[in-house]
Amino acid sequence: MTKIAKSSDAGMPPELNARLSELQVQSRSPSREDVAEVVSEMLQSLEGDLSEVNLKVYSELEGLAKYILAAKREIAALRPDDITSEHLPKATDELDAIVGSTEEATNGILQAMELLEGLTPQMPAEIAEQVTNAVTQVYESCNFQDITGQRITKVVKTLKHIEDRVEALVAAFGDEIQKYRETHLREEPQQPKSTDEKLLNGPQLPDDAGKQADIDALLASFD
Amino acid sequence: MSVDMNMNILIVDDYKTMLRIIRNLLKQLGFNNVDEATDGSMALQKLRDKDYGLVISDWNMEPMTGIQLLREVRADSKLKALPFIMITAESKTENVVAAKEAGVNNYIVKPFNAATLKTKLSSVLGNF
Repeated sequence: MTKIAKSSDAGMPPELNARLSELQVQSRSPSREDVAEVVSEMLQSLEGDLSEVNLKVYSELEGLAKYILAAKREIAALRPDDITSEHLPKATDELDAIVGSTEEATNGILQAMELLEGLTPQMPAEIAEQVTNAVTQVYESCNFQDITGQRITKVVKTLKHIEDRVEALVAAFGDEIQKYRETHLREEPQQPKSTDEKLLNGPQLPDDAGKQADIDALLASFD
Repeated sequence: MSVDMNMNILIVDDYKTMLRIIRNLLKQLGFNNVDEATDGSMALQKLRDKDYGLVISDWNMEPMTGIQLLREVRADSKLKALPFIMITAESKTENVVAAKEAGVNNYIVKPFNAATLKTKLSSVLGNF
């Protein structure tokens, strides 16, 4: 009982403290009923601070926090900063290059057709008519450049929209992405590309492409 | 009434290749006085500076679209009767309806062929 009495001084609820003091005054060993009564009073004193409902809410919140953390890690693993800084701009540049090269090719075709059409007055009438018809068909077919150009412009606008959304995601998860980079770049070094893989780059964008004269000069340097 | 084959025609498109194609097809049909503009505002300026007998315009251009150009033309007392053909990849019913409501004379959907262009020109200008 001494132990119980001592502990009663340390922030024990007054009702419980009074009950223990009463038992101490009676100077007898507490019965099972006395102990049960004290424990019951202790539990009741806890009820206001931590109910069963509260415990359940805390548990749900903890589960939610773990879920959010896992989602943040998964988003960080997608490397959205790379998508906006590298992949999307590269895709847009490639699409712009397609528009540029088809326009250039179409102009070349049209120029050749105009030259051919200009020669028709020097041709026998029957031949001139056939050539003119063929040239007209080429003009009609060159409609494709306008149509494909407009379609590509739509794709570029869609990519821009995606870029804006991903940028918002990067802003929201910036810290998590940085943490992911720091840990995973150390843990998972990227597989080095084989020599052959490094040579598979596809067509270069116009500004990056090597000119034939440069390549000839390079070849000549081996002689 | 016969068609004036020497009339000035203004073609409007933001794709240079398309301007070139339309110009060449018009030349084949006998129209040699063809001017070009690459958007609605440039076209409007040209229309106010010179007499034209026909406008052939794309829809999707910046900063001024073809439909905006058409509305400006119809709102201008000197230009409101000018024949106007829309030539565009915008082929939804709502586009055609909007163009008709704005006062377009005819509508050609891209990609188009020379025969369609001739038919539409005849429909707007008369047989030639």
